[in-house]
Amino acid sequence: MDILSLVPDWLAVHGSALTVVLPLIMAAVLAVMPSERLAWLIALVVAITCAICGFVLVAQVFGGNQITYSMGGWDPPHGIGYVIDGLSAPILLLISSMAVICLFYAWPSVKVEVEPKKRAPFYAAFLVCFAGLLGMVATGDAFNVFVFLEVSSISTYVLVGMGASRDRRALTASFNYLILGSIGATFFVIGLGFLYMETGTLNMADMARIMSDLDGGSRVAQIGFAFIVIGLGLKLAMFPLHMWLPDAYAHSPSFVTAFLASTATKAALYLLLRFTFTVFDFDFSYVGPVVLLFLAGFGLVGMVLASLQAIFQTDARRALAYSSVAQVGYMLLGIGLGTAAGLSAGYIHLLNHAIIKGGLFIALGAFWYRFGITRITDFAGLGKTMPWSMAAFTISALSLIGVPFTAGFVSKVNLVVAAWESQFYWAIAVIVIVSVMAIIYIGNMLRHAYFGQPPIVNGEIVTKNEAPLIMLIPMWILALASIAIGTNADIISQLSDQAAAVLLPLSGGGGL
Amino acid sequence: MFDAIFGHFNYAVVIFLMMTGLYVVFASGNLIKRLVGLSVFQTSVFLLYITISKVAGGQPPIVVESKGGDHAMMDGVVQVAAASPVATHGASHVPDVIYSNPLPHVLILTAIVVGVATLAIGLALTVRIREVYGTIEKVEIEALDYKFNLEGTAD
Repeated sequence: MDILSLVPDWLAVHGSALTVVLPLIMAAVLAVMPSERLAWLIALVVAITCAICGFVLVAQVFGGNQITYSMGGWDPPHGIGYVIDGLSAPILLLISSMAVICLFYAWPSVKVEVEPKKRAPFYAAFLVCFAGLLGMVATGDAFNVFVFLEVSSISTYVLVGMGASRDRRALTASFNYLILGSIGATFFVIGLGFLYMETGTLNMADMARIMSDLDGGSRVAQIGFAFIVIGLGLKLAMFPLHMWLPDAYAHSPSFVTAFLASTATKAALYLLLRFTFTVFDFDFSYVGPVVLLFLAGFGLVGMVLASLQAIFQTDARRALAYSSVAQVGYMLLGIGLGTAAGLSAGYIHLLNHAIIKGGLFIALGAFWYRFGITRITDFAGLGKTMPWSMAAFTISALSLIGVPFTAGFVSKVNLVVAAWESQFYWAIAVIVIVSVMAIIYIGNMLRHAYFGQPPIVNGEIVTKNEAPLIMLIPMWILALASIAIGTNADIISQLSDQAAAVLLPLSGGGGL
Repeated sequence: MFDAIFGHFNYAVVIFLMMTGLYVVFASGNLIKRLVGLSVFQTSVFLLYITISKVAGGQPPIVVESKGGDHAMMDGVVQVAAASPVATHGASHVPDVIYSNPLPHVLILTAIVVGVATLAIGLALTVRIREVYGTIEKVEIEALDYKFNLEGTAD
């Protein structure tokens, strides 16, 4: 591609390592930075650099290439290798560009939500979390995955706990997240232990080779698989293991919520894909049924029950958090179908949902910033008092429902087609029902916003009080991105087809 | 029955600790006790990794000078990944010392650091919770939150 000729050599060669190492190093610098302004600026520059790296990586792997980077010159399988391919590169780009977008929004938002002396360390913790998420996706070494998983998780507990200055329940939310997240990560590492017993290697490509030589391996590998699926399931908020998510999303600083909702569960989902389809193989006798019954099954149950819970929430952030659990169900359903079309649909929804939820949570943060509201009933009159923010919120919300010409529609159509091809007709019915449920909880918010009257405070009707421009820009970027994908989904479906091709390399459609 | 337990004594201990830890995490209402349970749970995994790396009769994995002045190699029984790149230029050398696999030890060193960090954050959060709520009992915190929910908005 011609873009690649513009890229300097050092970036083309070391981009995959730079994107992980740079935020990690700069986090240490930020931790001792006295000025919050400088800390924010550095964090932004780092995120932009990573986004550029991510873009270059996507361009490099476009067309089915794979980049392997040997950390410290030690070749895999003995050394730690970073493997970037059609599956991981788009997620790297997604995480880093969401970080850039959220950081713009962070500038005003963090000012009101985090105590002054904690702001520079706050950005440091954010960069550690960011580095951890990127590392999870970039690395090709299974134990390295665990390390980065914990790096991102531990800093996430801190970030969620930072919400304490606006809402003390952030502390208990963070504590519960810590307990469940640690259990999830420990399950994952137990699973890795079993895999190591079976294969004697930690390199994922090597593991995959040995596992396919062993044709799935013995019971040791099966137990390892079970532990890994449960552990990652906790991290990605698979339905019955999602209990940490609503609290953590509802009470953390709104910048953190916007970033986590669009990246954290996605990185864990990437790992699930990687382990289920690359390290293990869909054709192993024990993987196929687990994926179908467990992932797709719980995905469907989660879609319905989490949407039901979302309908009955009074707090908008909590409602959207439950909706996130439901949306994870969509992705799991796509994965669970086990066909190339299903995986591709799940992957599209992964990318789209990040854009949609990022936009929604940023808009919710703007409402809080201006009026200090998160309850749905307090939305009354927002259509008049904050028209631009509400318009962006509406576009993202319609996209979440899956209205035509939005990103949500594209992923749902793909998912329905994939389910149709696999003859899962009842799954299509569930998708439609859950979309109707989304109309209910989103519609409730929009009804209050557009048909409610602005409240009267101190005897005066609240007048127009629009969010600052630096908040409007990120939410409109995401809203317009959602429309852009909805009207022209060529690029994103090409990317997700490539990702599906990485996961199911041999056949056009894995099938059952 | 006894053979199965004593023959796999380490694994029995691992499973016992794992289940104890998990039980404490879920059954206890005291935040400190839950963290203790979490630590026990994580420690059991350390033990699991150390157990799988142990080779019967194996020495500590420390490189020593052998007769030829070359480094002593890992035994062939031990996994390839653990043999480190040193093995490549001494492939013809027949090992005369059996070593335990060093790789899981190193991994667990990392995992211990992770465990300490988690515990530290957990305890710091507990201190903050104690400051704000005045209690570290889950039931009482939930009761306070419930009251809080009824009285005011989210902020």
